[in-house]
Amino acid sequence: MKSNQPILLVEDDDVDILSIERAFKELNVSNPLIIRNNGEEALEYLNELDDEFPAFILLDLNMPRLSGLEFLKTYKAIDKVKWIPAIVLTTSANHRDVCEAYGNQAAGYIIKPLNFEDFKKALKEIIDYWSRCEYPDFE
Amino acid sequence: MKTNRPVLLVEDDTVDAMTVKRAFKELSITNKVEHRLNGVDALDYLRKVEVKPCLILLDINMPKMNGIELLENLKEDDELKTIPVVMLTTSNDDKDKLESYNLGVAGYMLKPVDYQQFVQVMRSVNMYWTLSELPD
Repeated sequence: MKSNQPILLVEDDDVDILSIERAFKELNVSNPLIIRNNGEEALEYLNELDDEFPAFILLDLNMPRLSGLEFLKTYKAIDKVKWIPAIVLTTSANHRDVCEAYGNQAAGYIIKPLNFEDFKKALKEIIDYWSRCEYPDFE
Repeated sequence: MKTNRPVLLVEDDTVDAMTVKRAFKELSITNKVEHRLNGVDALDYLRKVEVKPCLILLDINMPKMNGIELLENLKEDDELKTIPVVMLTTSNDDKDKLESYNLGVAGYMLKPVDYQQFVQVMRSVNMYWTLSELPD
């Protein structure tokens, strides 16, 4: 992941959005955070992209209009963007959600820690892991 | 890792396989490493074994069936397609990277030549897959 590559956050909860923004700031993550509030808006965003693809997607599951799993299934069928890894970030520990997410090519499934410091630590591990990963170069 | 099920390592280079095992030991990762030398042997193991591995570490360039071909097979198999696969390879080829991600890999790591850096990569892999839920 390059430091200027955006990260797409698909999340409808304002408090969670604020926590992630705050954690990114405290962790000195310089990647721009693109926020969309549901799957439908996120799909619109991906469909309009020609370059500056996000390095990965942080994906909530329970959202209005188009849920996280529906969004995942839909964009993983679009050739231009299906390579982008999606990491599920949710409060749902439902075992069926876990299996369905991985069955639809999720690249991780993380249960949101309730406490901010733990949440920040989780985001740090996510960033560390994906910073070490190689990505296809479209330039 | 989150569970104590084995990690499947698909790697034709026995020195690299030993390095992975050594790094696991150094990091006190208790998951057993199941090592297979190519895609054919890995697929055979995955289809036969009752307790499926929690994670697959996959090399690309291998004889018989390479990593990309194995991925194609895994993702078509309803029983195996949920197992997260992390590529661990020396291939810096954009085509390999894109093809791997298109097939739904959960990470693509270049093998560092330096052993301490290799340990750091394994540390990051272990931390991430300890944090992350895994399908059962």
